[in-house]
Amino acid sequence: MLDYAERIRAISKRLLEQAIVELIIGFRKGTVPMMNEPCIVRTPEEAEQLVWDGNCGINLANYLTGRKEKIGIVSKGCDSRNIVTHIIENKIKREQIYIIGVPCQGMIDRRRLTSMFEKEIQSVSEQNSAVLVKGDGFEKKLSRAEVLQENCTTCIHRNPVLCDELAGDPVEEQKDTDRYADVCRIESMSSKEKWIYFNDLLSECIRCYACRDACPLCYCPTCFVDESQPQWVGKGQDPIDVRTFHFLRAYHCAGRCTDCGACERACPMGIKVRTFTRKLEKDCLEMFGWEAGLSLDERPPLDTYRPDDPNHFIK
Amino acid sequence: MEHMGVEPQRLHFSWVSSAESTKFVHVVKEVTASVKEIGPNDRFVKTTPEVT
Repeated sequence: MLDYAERIRAISKRLLEQAIVELIIGFRKGTVPMMNEPCIVRTPEEAEQLVWDGNCGINLANYLTGRKEKIGIVSKGCDSRNIVTHIIENKIKREQIYIIGVPCQGMIDRRRLTSMFEKEIQSVSEQNSAVLVKGDGFEKKLSRAEVLQENCTTCIHRNPVLCDELAGDPVEEQKDTDRYADVCRIESMSSKEKWIYFNDLLSECIRCYACRDACPLCYCPTCFVDESQPQWVGKGQDPIDVRTFHFLRAYHCAGRCTDCGACERACPMGIKVRTFTRKLEKDCLEMFGWEAGLSLDERPPLDTYRPDDPNHFIK
Repeated sequence: MEHMGVEPQRLHFSWVSSAESTKFVHVVKEVTASVKEIGPNDRFVKTTPEVT
């Protein structure tokens, strides 16, 4: 992990010195533990501040939308898939970006980690597969698997799918993960149970739209929830409006979502926002054999027609 | 819609051409019958909040 950071710095410096790119989008250390912040670096000297560890869960593809410069971007597996999606959707040109790929070992779920300790955590450091947590008067070593973000535990694309240079040797991809156990559990519920399940899930939502803002797919100039003429959905805390927002947002991500977990990570109330997008992701895989962001040459299922598209629900 | 708890009997998709009048009648009958069977919708309904 630490050598990743050095490699990223070295590559970034070289790219900036040789003027191959105008800026680099990466991470720098945040002010509190487990909160690295995205940053834009424009000079070789500034590249010193770039870091990499298990707290780089924010999806950097979010900062590419519509940019005109020549950009270097640090990218883990899911970021790279979102970059592919951006290119397919004409939000950025392939020639414009230089992708510094980072093979990923999964990101740390800071909520999960914080909930394991009663006292405040002052530092978190990583050594290979161990995570060392320190605070006032305590120190504990945890295994990385214990504190992974939920989406990282089922991820099967840890290595970047598209990149110009790798900042480390590719990691082994996870196999035999039961990827959709959570979706199957909801599918097996009765209609009434499903309704109640989602009511409970969303009861905490404060409509801050952090999930939308963190999502690299949500780049519309005006989001449907902000529109007032016509007003598609109520803006208050009414449970029906809250639900409409969440499930419509998920629909907008159908066939595009890479399950990067940015929405869930951003949610201040700890709502499992991915519950909505996961179902669509599973459906896309089952009905169209599609996983978002794996290839630049294939069009997504929602803008292609194939005679064998499933249509059993149309009577 | 079905996944988040709207009854499947309320959801119908159909392709009816303007020339297919009998199919249209058939579809409408089917829809109304299946909706009547499960009764009034009490889930996806927005109610006006009470103001006191």
